[in-house]
Amino acid sequence: MNKARSNPLNTAAMHVALITYTLIALFPVFVILINSFKSRKAIFRDPLALPNSESFSLIGYQTVLKQGDFFLYFQNSFLVTVGSLFFILLFGAMAAFALSEYRFKGNTLMGLYLALGIMIPIRIGTVAILDMMVATGLVNTLWALILVYTAQGLPLAVFILSEFMRGVSDDLKNAGRIDGLSEYAIFFKLALPLVRPAMATVAVFNMIPIWNDLWFPLILAPAEETKTLTLGSQVFIGQFVTNWNAVLSALSMAIIPVLVLYVIFSRQLIRGITSGAVK
Amino acid sequence: MQKPPFRWHIVVFLAPAVLVYTAVMIFPLFNTLRLSLYTRIGSDRIFVGLENFQNLFGNPIWSEQFWNALGNNFWFFLIHMLVQNPIGIALAAILSHPRLRFAALYRSAIFIPTILSFVIVGFAWKLILSPIWGIAPSMLDMVGLKSLFAPWLGKEEYALTTLALVSVWQFVGIPMMLIYAALLTIPEEILEAGEIDGITGFSAFWKIKLPLILPSIGIISILTFVANFNAFDLIYTTQGALAGPDFSTDILGTFMYRTFFGFQLQLGDPHMGSAIAGAMFVIILLGVCIYLFGIQTRMRRYQM
Repeated sequence: MNKARSNPLNTAAMHVALITYTLIALFPVFVILINSFKSRKAIFRDPLALPNSESFSLIGYQTVLKQGDFFLYFQNSFLVTVGSLFFILLFGAMAAFALSEYRFKGNTLMGLYLALGIMIPIRIGTVAILDMMVATGLVNTLWALILVYTAQGLPLAVFILSEFMRGVSDDLKNAGRIDGLSEYAIFFKLALPLVRPAMATVAVFNMIPIWNDLWFPLILAPAEETKTLTLGSQVFIGQFVTNWNAVLSALSMAIIPVLVLYVIFSRQLIRGITSGAVK
Repeated sequence: MQKPPFRWHIVVFLAPAVLVYTAVMIFPLFNTLRLSLYTRIGSDRIFVGLENFQNLFGNPIWSEQFWNALGNNFWFFLIHMLVQNPIGIALAAILSHPRLRFAALYRSAIFIPTILSFVIVGFAWKLILSPIWGIAPSMLDMVGLKSLFAPWLGKEEYALTTLALVSVWQFVGIPMMLIYAALLTIPEEILEAGEIDGITGFSAFWKIKLPLILPSIGIISILTFVANFNAFDLIYTTQGALAGPDFSTDILGTFMYRTFFGFQLQLGDPHMGSAIAGAMFVIILLGVCIYLFGIQTRMRRYQM
């Protein structure tokens, strides 16, 4: 063991640096959460104090639940996110299987065509996307969002999943073929279960940007009944800008589900990023 | 000889992805570029060639806003490159230290802002920096710097830099994670060989690790570039579509939104909006090409 690399002074300095940055990262979230449980007076009198029996108040949450349809927004966000992930994973895995399993004319070209979208943001096509959604009557439906997010997520999904599909043993697939399995059965019963970890990575990568997006809900589905949680909180906070209790509670209600999901999936997410899937 | 049967299953496997991707991404992209060559007069759509672009770059009604937004966008990007990426690299370097305790805990905590939406981040910082609430001035007071406080988001000269720093605060987790992953792939033998030659600590980082992770830094730079030139949400949430004060925080994303949808008295103009999208497309494409052909191919990669 080398002395220079485990010097206690160095170790202490490293912890001080990390703790400082962790505080910077968490402080705003912490301030919002604690103040959402306080009365208006307490928010202004002592913003950094924890809520106590005297300052505790749920008035903000009551306003939010009365005024905003947050359950509907939450449901919309949930449907859009789950729907998009389902199609990204299913279509992405199917295309990745075709590209990695079969040799056919234009295979490389098709791979390159699908990879184009990794670097080019879909937002650039917004004007024509809105035109198309209006023409097909999909505007102000959740389907418009699901379609856009599916198209946006597919390029990277195909790219990552084909890397993993190549790793599925040929012997296994050929054994399946000898047993008379159709190509579809080989995909669904043999290949798909084996790339499950990669699919989880793709799902976690796509989940956060879809859940948090403001641009497309604002443009394609701004109607009250199709608002997502992100757009809903944006509009709500814009209207209640002077009601600090309501604003802080709305922010907390938007933070909490994401935090819960993060606690559940953070290991998967961090393993996905650090395994080099995005290189 | 019998021709092998056509393999329909390949078509079935590829079709859904290719159809959705082509119809919702590639086709609208080109259609937007096409729409930028038209204009609307009354109820007719008229082909005008590159006139929209001429207006965008040269006609003061448009060009002032365009060059302002483009300049702001470059400043926004520069702050990310100068602040976000060095902090991310420094954090990753510390985290990748062997035998560091609680590394996973720090890593997860520092990544939390990255998973929050711009709406949350934007409003949270707006409240914290607000002179009405007074958290920022009272915290500065604690370290004796109260005189430095100003309503940063409301001042033309500070607003854009403040928002760029808020965005840096949010996204520092991404370079941190990617560099951390790259640092983990450096084999122990190389570092040990360096130690035998007396290269340890800081100089080991500068002389051995940094050259080895340069390709990852390149990837992070291009990801930052694409994300910044496509940014919209944070500015829209904190400053609205007008990107105030007096357009000082206007970037290409907010400029395109405002032009496309209109605001207050100005009517929305999809064709001018498309022209701005076209300009954004060219800028992003140029950035990606410079990276792919100018930087990535010249970068020295070391066999590890």
